[in-house]
Amino acid sequence: MTDAPLVLGIESSCDETGVGVVRGSTLLADAVASSVDEHARFGGVIPEVASRAHLEAMVPTIERACATAGVRLTDVDALAVTSGPGLAGALTVGVAAAKALALALGVPLYGVNHLAAHVAVDILEHGPLPEPSVALLASGGHSSLLFVTDVTADVRPLGQTIDDAAGEAFDKIARLLGLPFPGGPHVDRVAVDGDPAAVAFPRGLTARHDLERHRYDFSFSGLKTAVARWVERAEADGRTIPVADVAASFQEAVVDVLTRKAVAACVEHGAGHLLIGGGVAANSRLRALAEQRCLAAGIRLRVPRPGLCTDNGAMVAALGAQLVARGRPPSALDLVVDSSLPVTTVRVG
Amino acid sequence: MLLLALDTSGATVTAALHDGTSVIAERAVTNARRHAELLAPAIAAVLDDAGRDRTEITDIVVGVGPGPFTGLRVGVVTARVLGAALGVPVHGVCSLDGIAEDVSGTGDFLVATDARRREVYWAAYHRDADGAPPERRDGPHVSRPAEVPVAGRPVTGRGATLYPDDLGPAGEPFDVRAGALAALAARSLAGSGTAPTPVTLCSSEPMYLRRPDATPPGARKRVLT
Repeated sequence: MTDAPLVLGIESSCDETGVGVVRGSTLLADAVASSVDEHARFGGVIPEVASRAHLEAMVPTIERACATAGVRLTDVDALAVTSGPGLAGALTVGVAAAKALALALGVPLYGVNHLAAHVAVDILEHGPLPEPSVALLASGGHSSLLFVTDVTADVRPLGQTIDDAAGEAFDKIARLLGLPFPGGPHVDRVAVDGDPAAVAFPRGLTARHDLERHRYDFSFSGLKTAVARWVERAEADGRTIPVADVAASFQEAVVDVLTRKAVAACVEHGAGHLLIGGGVAANSRLRALAEQRCLAAGIRLRVPRPGLCTDNGAMVAALGAQLVARGRPPSALDLVVDSSLPVTTVRVG
Repeated sequence: MLLLALDTSGATVTAALHDGTSVIAERAVTNARRHAELLAPAIAAVLDDAGRDRTEITDIVVGVGPGPFTGLRVGVVTARVLGAALGVPVHGVCSLDGIAEDVSGTGDFLVATDARRREVYWAAYHRDADGAPPERRDGPHVSRPAEVPVAGRPVTGRGATLYPDDLGPAGEPFDVRAGALAALAARSLAGSGTAPTPVTLCSSEPMYLRRPDATPPGARKRVLT
C-alpha cells in the first residue's frame, strides 16, 4: 500500500474543522477541532461563530494531522475538500485553505460532496464498498437515503427529510427535556433507562398515502411537536416528566422510521448492503435496530465507528483517494463553494 | 525578498508580488461574492506574470480588514495556509492602511470602506510631506456614516462613494491594492521607514470589529394554546 497516493482531506461544512490523511484506503490521521462548546449556549450551531473557529483551527489542525500521520505536507500527492452542502461561510474557509495548499504544494485538488464523503469513509474501515449499496445518512443537517452505484460518480437520492433533520430533532427534544446540546448523545444516554413503548409517538410519513408520495422521505417535525404536546400536557397535569421514557419513546420513533425505510430501500432496489453514516449513526439504538432488521432481511449492515460517522476530514480524504484511484479529473483552482450542492454531484468540476 | 501580498477585505480580490524594490506583478478582480473562487487563480496569475516560482516567496502579507467576514477570511486563511506550507512568515496589515498608502497629498484625511448594514469601516490618517508614508491616528472603527467625525477632512474609499451626503465628495482610491500593501510591508520589513515607523505590521488576526450575530434562546415556545 505504500505506493497508493497520499491524500489530505479538509472538512469545514458545519462546526467541525476536520483534516484527515489517508494512503489509498488506509487511514493515517483524523484530526478534528470542534467549536461545539461555543454553540452550546445558543442551542444550535451559529454560522459566524463556526466560521471564525474554522479560521483559527485550520493551520493547527492541518499540522496535527500531518504529525499524527508521520508525513510532511510536501509528501502529499493530492488534496480533497468539502465543497458542499453545508454552511456557506464555513465551507468557504476550508475551500480557501485547500486551494492555498494546492498552490503551495503544486498537487491536484478535488472539491467533493459532503454526503458522498460520509459514504466513502466506510471504505477505510470495512474495505471496498459493494456496488450497488444503499446509504442512510442522518445527522444534524441531513437525513437522506442514497442509492450508490459508484461513490466516485453515481450517487442518486432516494429520499430525504422534508422538514427537520433527524439530528436536529434530537437537539430540540433534548432541550425540551432539559438535556444539553448537542442532544443526540444525551437522549441516547437517558433513553437506556426508559421504556421505548411508554408513549406511542407518531412515525412520520409512514401512512399508506404518504408512502405513495414520500416512499423514502422523512419528516420529524410532527414528531417533535407531538413530544412537546405530551410533555406540556403532563406538566399541566402536575405530573413529573418521565424523562427516560419520553427520551426512549422519541428515539424509538426516529430510529424505527429511519431503519424501516432504509431496509425497504435495500429490498426494493436489490441492494445487499446498507451503510449508515452521519452523527446520528452513533446512536446505540439506531445501530441495534438496524442490525436486527438487516439480519431479518438478509442485508449486510456497515456502520463506521462513531468517530468516522460524525463530520471529519478522513471521510473527505477517503473520497479523494477513491477519485484519484479511479482516475477522475481534479477540480479547477476556481472551484466554487455550493451550500446546497446536490448529492448527484460527487466531484465539483 | 519576494513578498506575496493579498487582500479580500472589500469587493476586490487582489494579489501582488514585490521583489524588495518594487511591485513586479499585480492582479485585481472585483466581485464581492466570489472571493473564494477568485483569490487562488489570482495568486497563480501574479506568479506566472512575474515568471517566479511559489518556492521563491519569502514573506506573505495579508490585509486583515476590517471587512465583511466571509470574504475577509478567504484572504487570511489563504495567507496562513500558504505560510505554513511554504514555511515563510505571514504578516498582517490593516487594509485601510493600504488604501491610505495610495492617497496623494499631505495633511489629514480619512479612509472609509463599505461595512454593509448601512455602516462604514473607517480610520483617520495624517501625512507630513509628499512621499512620506501616512500615519494612522485613529481607528479602525465601524460606524454609521453620519457618526464619522469628518470635520472637513477629505474622505477616500468606497464608503465615501456609498454615502456622499455624509462622507462625500469621495476621493480616490476607492479600493485597496495588494501592490500598496506589498510596498508598505516591504518598507516596514526593510526597516527603512522614517522614524517612528508610520505603519506597523500586525498579526494575521482578522479585524472583525463586530461580534457574531447570535442570541441565546429564550424560554421554550409552547405548542399547546
